[in-house]
Amino acid sequence: MPQLVLTETWYLVLAAILFSIGATGLLIRRNVLVMFMCVELMLNAVNLSFVAFARSLDDVGGQAVVFFVLVVAAAEVVVGLGIIVAIMRRRPGATADDISLMRG
Amino acid sequence: MRVEMFTFLVAGAIVLGGALGVVLLRNPVHNALSLVATLFGVAVLFVAQEAYFLAAIQVIVYAGAIVILFLFVIMLLGVDRVESTERDPLPAQRIIGVLAGLGIGVLSIVILVAGGDDTTGKKSATAPLSDQAPDIERLGKVLFTDYVFAFEVTAVLLTVAVVGAVVLARRPTGEPIDLDEFPDGPAVEHVAMFPDPDDEPDEAFEVTDAATDGDADGSSADADDAAQSADAEVAG
Repeated sequence: MPQLVLTETWYLVLAAILFSIGATGLLIRRNVLVMFMCVELMLNAVNLSFVAFARSLDDVGGQAVVFFVLVVAAAEVVVGLGIIVAIMRRRPGATADDISLMRG
Repeated sequence: MRVEMFTFLVAGAIVLGGALGVVLLRNPVHNALSLVATLFGVAVLFVAQEAYFLAAIQVIVYAGAIVILFLFVIMLLGVDRVESTERDPLPAQRIIGVLAGLGIGVLSIVILVAGGDDTTGKKSATAPLSDQAPDIERLGKVLFTDYVFAFEVTAVLLTVAVVGAVVLARRPTGEPIDLDEFPDGPAVEHVAMFPDPDDEPDEAFEVTDAATDGDADGSSADADDAAQSADAEVAG
């Protein structure tokens, strides 16, 4: 059995799997809230890879970027949930497919 | 190294299990709780990579604020709404979505594994992570020197988000009251307790118009108008 050494590649592979699960969920789910949660999964995958690179390249800048991503994610969730509440107040039970007034 | 590998495997299993729960479970509350598991696993992985401050922020901001916000909105909108599948505008979308997700995952894993274990790129010369100072101190130093402009823009972003959330969440004037939200109808006490400051000038304006029209119509309209104008005078 080969010696298994935990390198940053393991973290990056985990982040890639997490990102693809989030992307899949965003594509196949119709509930707008669940789609939002899948966006959060993708943001977390990117955060994980940023921290892995920050450690492997010995640079604190990666962690600073994660800090900003957290702030942007919080602001995005606040505005997005406000939009969802406004939509649901007008059209209860709307899924992502029903909100098609501005389709091209 | 053995401990770190064990931590990675356990936390990675929690992360992936939670992520699958977010995507596959039907009940939105279960989705939100699975999201908590994923975020907690990511926080553990942050600790394993010596990003202690980010792990704390991850738990506080994500699990403490964002997921609570999600649960709050789920409870506000009602948890019993199931995802309606009777109307499917794009029948092949689910299959294509799964294939695209698998493609993204497999391609990135192949690229990562084929690239080997050596990270390309230069090691940091100005802001090393392996300093003796704790990570929160180095992060604070770099936030207020190199990234100070981004930090200020973050403040503006948060202010805009707060204003946007307030504007989006308030009820538009003139919209009828949702009977699901208030099953007893428009309660007089509610209106009296929270008078809408925008309504009062409009009402007074309408009443003066109606009063001039209502003279020729009849006595009942006159009585209503008189009552409304009396209200308006009291309010004014």
